[in-house]
Amino acid sequence: MSVKSVSDLDLYPVAEKAPERVKTPTGKPLSALTLEAVLAGEIGAEDIAITPEALMLQAKIARAAGRATLAENFERAADLVGVPQELILDTYELLRPGRAGSAQELLDRAALLRRDYGAERVATLIEEAAAVYTRRGLFVKRY
Amino acid sequence: MTDAPETASPPSGAPQSSNRWRRFAEWDARPLRHDLFAAENPEAGFSVFHSPYDPAPSLSIEDGQVTVMDGKAAADFDILDAFIAAHHIDPAMAEVAMAMDPGEIARKLVDINVPRHELEALARGLTPARLAEVVGRLSALEIAFAYSKMRQRQTPGNQAHVTNAKDDPLQLAADAAVTVALGFDEIETTMRVASNSWANALACTVGAAVGRGGVLFQCSIEEAEELQIGLAGLSSYAETVSVYGTERAFIDGDDTPWSKALLTAAYASRGIKARCTSGAAAELLMGFHEQRSLLYLEARCLCLQRAMGVQGTQNGGIDGAPLTASMAGGVRELMAENLIAVWLGLECASGNDCRTSESEIRVGAKITPYLLAGSDLICSGFGSIKKYDNSFNPSLFNGEEIEDYLLLQRDFQTDGGLTPVEEDQVLGLRVRAVEALGAVMEELGLGTVPRARMMSVVFASGSEETVSYTPGEVTPISAAIKARGLTAIDVVRALGKRGFTEEAENLLLMLRQRISGDYLQTSALVRDGRVMSAINDPNDYRGPGTGYRMPEERWQAVQGIRNVLTRERVLAAENVVAGAGGAEVDWLVAAGPAQKGTGHHEVVIGVSPAFARQLHQTTAGHALVDVVAALVSGITAGGGTARLVRMLHTADTSFLGLAAARLSGSGFGIGIQAKGTTVLHQADRMPHMNLELFSNAPLTGLDHYHALGRNAARHTFGETPEPVVVPTHGEALGARFHVRVALLYAIETGLIDPIGHPIELAYRPEMRAPEAAQ
Repeated sequence: MSVKSVSDLDLYPVAEKAPERVKTPTGKPLSALTLEAVLAGEIGAEDIAITPEALMLQAKIARAAGRATLAENFERAADLVGVPQELILDTYELLRPGRAGSAQELLDRAALLRRDYGAERVATLIEEAAAVYTRRGLFVKRY
Repeated sequence: MTDAPETASPPSGAPQSSNRWRRFAEWDARPLRHDLFAAENPEAGFSVFHSPYDPAPSLSIEDGQVTVMDGKAAADFDILDAFIAAHHIDPAMAEVAMAMDPGEIARKLVDINVPRHELEALARGLTPARLAEVVGRLSALEIAFAYSKMRQRQTPGNQAHVTNAKDDPLQLAADAAVTVALGFDEIETTMRVASNSWANALACTVGAAVGRGGVLFQCSIEEAEELQIGLAGLSSYAETVSVYGTERAFIDGDDTPWSKALLTAAYASRGIKARCTSGAAAELLMGFHEQRSLLYLEARCLCLQRAMGVQGTQNGGIDGAPLTASMAGGVRELMAENLIAVWLGLECASGNDCRTSESEIRVGAKITPYLLAGSDLICSGFGSIKKYDNSFNPSLFNGEEIEDYLLLQRDFQTDGGLTPVEEDQVLGLRVRAVEALGAVMEELGLGTVPRARMMSVVFASGSEETVSYTPGEVTPISAAIKARGLTAIDVVRALGKRGFTEEAENLLLMLRQRISGDYLQTSALVRDGRVMSAINDPNDYRGPGTGYRMPEERWQAVQGIRNVLTRERVLAAENVVAGAGGAEVDWLVAAGPAQKGTGHHEVVIGVSPAFARQLHQTTAGHALVDVVAALVSGITAGGGTARLVRMLHTADTSFLGLAAARLSGSGFGIGIQAKGTTVLHQADRMPHMNLELFSNAPLTGLDHYHALGRNAARHTFGETPEPVVVPTHGEALGARFHVRVALLYAIETGLIDPIGHPIELAYRPEMRAPEAAQ
C-alpha cells in the first residue's frame, strides 16, 4: 500500500495516462484498434463503445475535479450502457410529458430497469420524476 | 455667387418637399434600419435583467432539504424548481453563499485574486434569482472580464455550421474539409429534409477526416434519430438537449428535466459528448415567459443544466438572440447569461450563432467581447458556408465574412480559434474530400459519383453554383445508410481499402476516443489527436501573465492572412529600382546646380529625392512622366514657363514647394513627392501656409495636376484663381494606402542629403521610354 495518494485527476486523459484501464466492450485494449485490424475484419462496430468501467473512471475524475453532478451523470450513463437502445429510447419517451398515463407506469419502468439491468441510479431518477409529475399533473395526454 | 439655393435642394434637383433633415433619409436607407427594436414591457415578457415579477432571491433549508427557494415553497415548486432544488443546490455551500452580500460576490467575479474554483464552489450554493442578481451588477466590460476568468478550458475554440441548401453530400464533405483546415474544433450539420440526416452525417464524417482531422462532429436532428446516428459512430457530440426556463415552455418543448437528464445520460452511455441548449427569449418566443426577465429565466435553465450533470451548454440567446438584441441592454444580457454558465462550471458554446442584426457594425461589435475574453467555443455555430446555404439560418459570421473574422483576431492579437487558409491548400482539400466520399459511397454500394459532380462542387463557393445532388436524390442514399446499419467502422474500412489511409486513420482516432470517454469531460475537444478539456487544460487566469496567451507558433499562424504587404512586395509592385543609386531616366536628366531664375512667369517644379529615380508612379498609379507632363502643360497653358529642379535636402511637400518657389523667378513654385502629393507655394510664405495642396495623392488625377500647373502660372500674373479641389468620397485612404505610402516615403527620406544643393533637371519629354507610358 502506498501512503502517497494519487489524485484521480492524474489519470486524465485516460487514453494517454492510463490506457491500460480501459478496454473495448469485447475486451480489447485501445492499442488493438488499428487500421490494419479494421481492414482485417477484426474490429467491428461493437468494439467502438464505452464500457461502464470507463464511465465510472471518468466519474471519479469528474468528482476529483469538483464536478459532482457531472460525475452522477456518468454514473447514470454507466447504468445505461447495458440497456438496449430501444428500451432507452422508450424510457425517454415515457418520461416526456403526457406519455405515461400514471405514476405507476414510471414506477414500473424504474423497477424493470433496476431488476433487469441493475440500473439503480436511473431507476431513482425515474421515481423522482414520478413524484414530481404526480404533483404537477403531467400525466395528461398531449396527443 | 448665386448657387446657394441650388445646394439646398436634393441631389435630384427636386424642390425640398418635407420639413426634415435629409440625413435621416440616408439613415433610413442603411441596413441597420431593417432591425427592429423593442420597448421594455415586463407584462409582455420584454424585460432584460430584471422584471418586477422576478422573485427576490431566497433560500431555506431544513434537514438538508430545500423548503423555500426564490420565494416559493417546496409544495409549489414547478418542475424546474424541483429539479434545481434537488440536484443543483449544495446545502452546505448554500448556507455560506446565500448569506454573502451579492455586491461582494460580484466583486469576487472580477477580482484576479479570487480563483475560479472558489467562485464555482459559491455558485453551487446560489439560487437562480441570486445568480441573476449578482451578474446584473456587472457592467458589460466587467462581464467580459469575469467571463475570461471563469471560462473553463484555457485554450479557446470554435464551432462551425456545415450545411447546404441541397443537402448535397459532396459539398458537405468538401466544406467540412475546409472547415477543419480553418481550425474549427467542432462541426455541426443539419438538413433541409429531415430524412437526409444519415447521408449528411456520413458526408461530414468523411469530409472532417480530410486534412488535419480530429474534430468533433454532430448532426442536429430529432433526439432519437440523433442518438442512433451517434451510436453508429457517425457523430461524436450532441447539443440539441434543449431546456427552457418556465414549466409551460418546457412542456411545450415536449420534455421535462427528467426526460432531458435521462437523454443526457444516454448520450454519455454511448460515449457521445453532449451539451444542453438554452438561451434568452426562447420562452418569450414560445409564449410562456411568466413575465419574468430574460436573465432570471436563463439562470434557471443554467442551474438546471448543472443539476442534470451535463458537461456544458450552448447558451447566449441562440434562436432568441435577435429578439434579445432588440431590447435595450440585450447584448449585455447575452454576455451575462454566458457568464452564469461558466460560473456554474459548464462548458460554454457562447452563442454568436444567429445573425442578430443586418448591421455589420453591430455584428462586429457583438463578437468583439468574446474575441477578447475567449470562450470554449466562441460561436456555437460560425457559418462556415455562405448565408443562403446555412440550414440553421444565417449565423452571426458566415462564409462571406471569414476573412473579416481572421482580421479581428490579428487586430486584437487574440485567438478566435480560426487559422487562415491558402488557396492551393483549400483546393487540394476539396478535391480530396469529394474523392474520398465518392470512394466511400462506391465501396459501400451507395452509388457511383460522376466526376463532373465532384468537380462542380470543388470550385463552387455555394450550392447555387453546383450541378450535383438534389435533396430528393439524397433521401434514398440516407435511407440505405440507416437501413443497412452502416457504421463509422464501415467508413474506416472503405477509406482504407480505397487508399485514403490518412483519412481512415483520422476517423479511427476519433472512434478510439470513444472508448476512453476522455472527451465526455467538461469543455473537451480533440486537437492533434489529443483531448484537451477543463481537466488537463484548465483556465487558470489570475491576472497579467497568466491564463491563455497565444503561443508564438499560433500567433504566427493567425497572422498568415492573405495579401500582407512586405517591403519587398511593395517595392516590386511599385516598379522601384533597387538600391539607393536609382538609375536616372532619360526624360529627366541632372544638369548641374540649380540657380534662382529670373523669368516673371517662371514656375519651378521642385521634385523629391527619389522622384523618377527610385520611384516612378504616384499612389494613384500615374506614371511620373505623365504627371510632370500634366504640370508642365498646365503651366504652359496658363502662360507660364516651367523649370524642373530636384531637391536633395528635403522630401517634405511643404519644403519642396517653398524651396521651389524661392528658386522661381516669379516666386511661385510647385513641390511634388514621387507618391504624388503636391503643393503650390509662394516664396514669402510660412512653410505650411501654402496656396494649394493635393494631400490625397491616391485620388489626384492628371487633370488635377494640369489644373494646378495652370493656377500656378496664373498666380504669376497676379491673379487669384479658384483653387483646384480634389473631391473625396470618404474613402478610408489610410487603410487603403498607408502601408505603401510609409514604405515608399522611407525611400525618399533615405535619400535626403541635408546639405545637398538643388539640382537643375533637363526635362526631355521626347525621351520618355515607351514602357513608361501607361
